[in-house]
Amino acid sequence: MIVFVISIGVFLLLHLLPGNPAYAILGPGATPLAVAKVTRQLGLNKPLIDQYVTWLTRALHGNLGTSYLTEQPVSTTIGHAFPVDLELVILSQLIAFALAIPMAITAARRQASILDRIFTMSSFGMLSLPAFVIGVPLVLAVAVTVHWFPATGYTPIYSQPITNLHEMILPSITLAVGSVAIYYRLLRTDLIATLQEEFITLARSKGLSNREVMYRHALRPSTFSVLTATAINVGSLLGGAVVVEYLFGLPGMGLLLVNGIYSRDYVMVQGVILTLAVAFVLVNFLADILYRVIDPRVRHA
Amino acid sequence: MPEGTESHQVDIDPDTLHNDAHGHGGARARDKTSAGVMEANSQEPGKRVLGPAFWIAVGWIAIIALAAIFANLLPLPNPNLTGAGPAMAGPSLAHLLGTDELGRDLLSRLIFGTRVSLVVSFASIAIGTAIGGSLGIVAGYVGGVVDWMANALAYIILAFPPLLLLLAIAAFSKQTLPKLVAEFAFLSLAPLFRVTRGATLAVANREFVQAAVASGAGRFRILTREILPSVLPSVISYALLGVAIVIVGEGSLAFLGLSVALPTPSWGNMIAEGRTFLAVDPWISLIPSLAMFSLLLALNFSADKLGERFGSREAKL
Repeated sequence: MIVFVISIGVFLLLHLLPGNPAYAILGPGATPLAVAKVTRQLGLNKPLIDQYVTWLTRALHGNLGTSYLTEQPVSTTIGHAFPVDLELVILSQLIAFALAIPMAITAARRQASILDRIFTMSSFGMLSLPAFVIGVPLVLAVAVTVHWFPATGYTPIYSQPITNLHEMILPSITLAVGSVAIYYRLLRTDLIATLQEEFITLARSKGLSNREVMYRHALRPSTFSVLTATAINVGSLLGGAVVVEYLFGLPGMGLLLVNGIYSRDYVMVQGVILTLAVAFVLVNFLADILYRVIDPRVRHA
Repeated sequence: MPEGTESHQVDIDPDTLHNDAHGHGGARARDKTSAGVMEANSQEPGKRVLGPAFWIAVGWIAIIALAAIFANLLPLPNPNLTGAGPAMAGPSLAHLLGTDELGRDLLSRLIFGTRVSLVVSFASIAIGTAIGGSLGIVAGYVGGVVDWMANALAYIILAFPPLLLLLAIAAFSKQTLPKLVAEFAFLSLAPLFRVTRGATLAVANREFVQAAVASGAGRFRILTREILPSVLPSVISYALLGVAIVIVGEGSLAFLGLSVALPTPSWGNMIAEGRTFLAVDPWISLIPSLAMFSLLLALNFSADKLGERFGSREAKL
């Protein structure tokens, strides 16, 4: 249903442009002959609803049109770019969890301790560091000044995994900063709430150690809102990924989108937006299912 | 340490715990997990104070806003005047923050650049709060079909990644200041609607509302005199957070060169411009980065404190 609404929106984008969309598709310097051909192909002289059906049928078959710039099918280009985003998002989330979970456990175990305060204050800082703000100082500190990591460049992971990881670390950290803060704050408060519940008191009274109570009893019921937040977060991650890819020159969907906007490659822009929007909806859908799997209380409700 | 700097000491209070626990997860997390604690929350006004750190943050926001409003009156060179000083100069008395690659005064550009961020964020959130907020109060109190439909619509809008929508519009039409305000206002509608609706639902059946109904108050009177005052604090604290989010959104667009056109300075495009000269003169891009960071920090912090103070579950994203 939502995918359907999105597809209408993305379809209408081309028609927001003044004039014949065929000009937009073919770019500047289109010959009248080519315009006539595209007009016929897409049925631009037919009613809007027919055009939409034609476009949707093709999109469902994986045909998102052809870029006038590269003269390659948009779907092929997206196929090359999508893994970059996937890797970027997954790496950044791994980093975020690797930092946020231990931080939250430490902080929740001893509330109002010095570490708790330091973590909580720094989470405010991280919350205030969007990709385009933290990215530049990061590049300056570890790429320009000390040359630990390259500032730009991309090698596919399947050809040289080590080089790839080396190049992806800085972009992933940039993207991860905001997530760390969100997950830390969520998990910390949820853990503290869980630790006050009766089944934890019971576990303690059975003589379990603090460590056992924390990892075997408290952690799992405290992770639900983090999971939901992760799914919702994917939306802003996609936005952040656009900035990060632009900043580090990674050939992902974001760079494709921004370059497409600059060069007025509207078919490409349309394809990228449709793909990302559908991916976002799918992730949320999967998270809903996962939620039911992890939390039996929701399953039986 | 003075009391106010220890912002999170209050978290020991179990009430705040619940507030926090269910605040961050966004609308969806709240719906699924917090039903049980919704009623259990009671406010304890007067017990927690906002503290000096809060007022420092608010003061900083005020200083930035005033500087942006009265930028024309300040003794600053024109922000777009190239060669106002030597290019890429360090701080001096004539140019307190130095100059950029074209010899433009950085302090002047920084202050004038604030205008885009602040106008877009405050205007769009004000519109979003006015429309989304009133819809939320009405839907939350009236309930029924109206509520169901408005809620379903909000869900559909929320299903689309916001920055993507902005980029899509930027791709197909030229950005102007009013257009940016309209876009961000539209995007803020659904979240603000849901927050206000949630806050309204929580108080709609409380005793003081029932008392008003019993004493024969009309619907309009109940909405404005009884419900509005009690949902306002949480809505305001959420709106402050919204301002921070819009600033980030506008900044990202500007960084990508898709916000207002150059040479109008904005923090985002200053960061992007300075990036080219990172190895030579990092300050050109670091100064607006720092400014952005400090403003966001102040906004996030004061929004959080307000939410905490007024026991609002809806205060955080």
